[in-house]
Amino acid sequence: MELLAFGKTGWGDELLYATLMTVAVSITAMFVGFFFALIFTPLKLSKYKSLNLVGNFYTTVIRGVPELLVIYLFFFGGSGAIMYVASIFGYYEYIEINAFITGSMAIGIISGAYSTEVFRGAIQSIDKGQFEAAKVLGINKFGQFYKIILPQMLRLAIPNLSNVWQITLKDTSLISVTGLVEIMRQSYIAAGSTRDPLFFYSFAAVLYLLLTYLSMKLINKLEIRYSRGY
Amino acid sequence: MDFDLMITSLPKLLGATVITLKLLSASLFFGLFLGLFFAILRLNKNIFINKFAYAYSYIFRGTPLLVQIFIIYFGLGQIEYLRTTVLWTILKEPYWCAIIAFTLNTGAYTSEILRSAFQTIKPGIIEAGKSLGISNKIIFYKIQIPIAIRQSLPAYGNEIILMMKGTSLASTVTLMDLTGVAKYIISTTFKPIEVFIVAGGIYLFMTFIIHNIIKYLEKKYSFQQ
Repeated sequence: MELLAFGKTGWGDELLYATLMTVAVSITAMFVGFFFALIFTPLKLSKYKSLNLVGNFYTTVIRGVPELLVIYLFFFGGSGAIMYVASIFGYYEYIEINAFITGSMAIGIISGAYSTEVFRGAIQSIDKGQFEAAKVLGINKFGQFYKIILPQMLRLAIPNLSNVWQITLKDTSLISVTGLVEIMRQSYIAAGSTRDPLFFYSFAAVLYLLLTYLSMKLINKLEIRYSRGY
Repeated sequence: MDFDLMITSLPKLLGATVITLKLLSASLFFGLFLGLFFAILRLNKNIFINKFAYAYSYIFRGTPLLVQIFIIYFGLGQIEYLRTTVLWTILKEPYWCAIIAFTLNTGAYTSEILRSAFQTIKPGIIEAGKSLGISNKIIFYKIQIPIAIRQSLPAYGNEIILMMKGTSLASTVTLMDLTGVAKYIISTTFKPIEVFIVAGGIYLFMTFIIHNIIKYLEKKYSFQQ
């Protein structure tokens, strides 16, 4: 138990920070994912075949390639790509991106592919009459989406989004390979210096279980909130 | 774009694909039995057996695969007693540790898939079997299992693809699978995009094949409506 003590003697405070880091990366990645979903869901639902192709390319490639490979691409290629873009604007100094940004971008792009599929499914399962009724009532395009479609879509999407959240939360363990100190990395460091990997990795498992359990509780509440009237 | 590197790295990556496929097929094979076993336990009326199976699937589905591999590969070696038993000959090999971790992981997901498939079988089908005087055992093996397998094909296809992606984690315990070799080439040549395209292409190709096999099986075993 003294291994988990706070302060200089134990690993308690380090692991607490690492847990917060995991949560922070997961939430950031989830929002990055929503941003990508916002771009690619309309593409997948578009009337134009070429736009569909772009949307399908994104979701198929990201969901068909291991997360770890995507992370390596970002880890090794991220600063190179940024420097290339900067060189177009005449900036030639070395740019290093921090591990948090690389990690949440990589996980975000992965989570975005899953979110895109969820939103696409949710929009497609809304009754066609709803779109038509909104149009007939003369509501503008913006209002149609935000007042009519979005609230109904969220109700259908939340159960599946909770799955995406679970996947994202677990995927963040993979960015430990880039050196970002989240639960997995911290456990690795602690296991290395105390020579007690069994304890620390099991404790990491408990932390992840706790996170998934608590987030499920929270999501269930959201689900009830958005199902009012059904 | 360095096309030469893409061409020269292709044979190396294809060679590593063999290890990925070996890991995948071994863990799916053992995982299917484990999943079936735990799915049957989940349907048991005894609350302790039931809860035990639930806890297994909850723990393995609620924690990242990486943690599971690390516990088995780094953690179990720490137990002195284990080092003296026969088990140690298996547990000291990263290859077998990876397979054990993958098997336990896919077993948990498979048990959930099969359980829900068993539960969606209409009671009328089982009652029909009973009224024909077929024994419970034969009803289970000849009626429930085939229907459950057909029912769970789409979900199990997804699980196969997820597991294929999961095998990439074997590279974290020193195994040179497709991702492991890809990472090695990236870190020596520092050309991530080229290697990503080749390695990602191989993964996508495997996904494509698995997807089509499942689709074919679904068609073959579809119910007569």
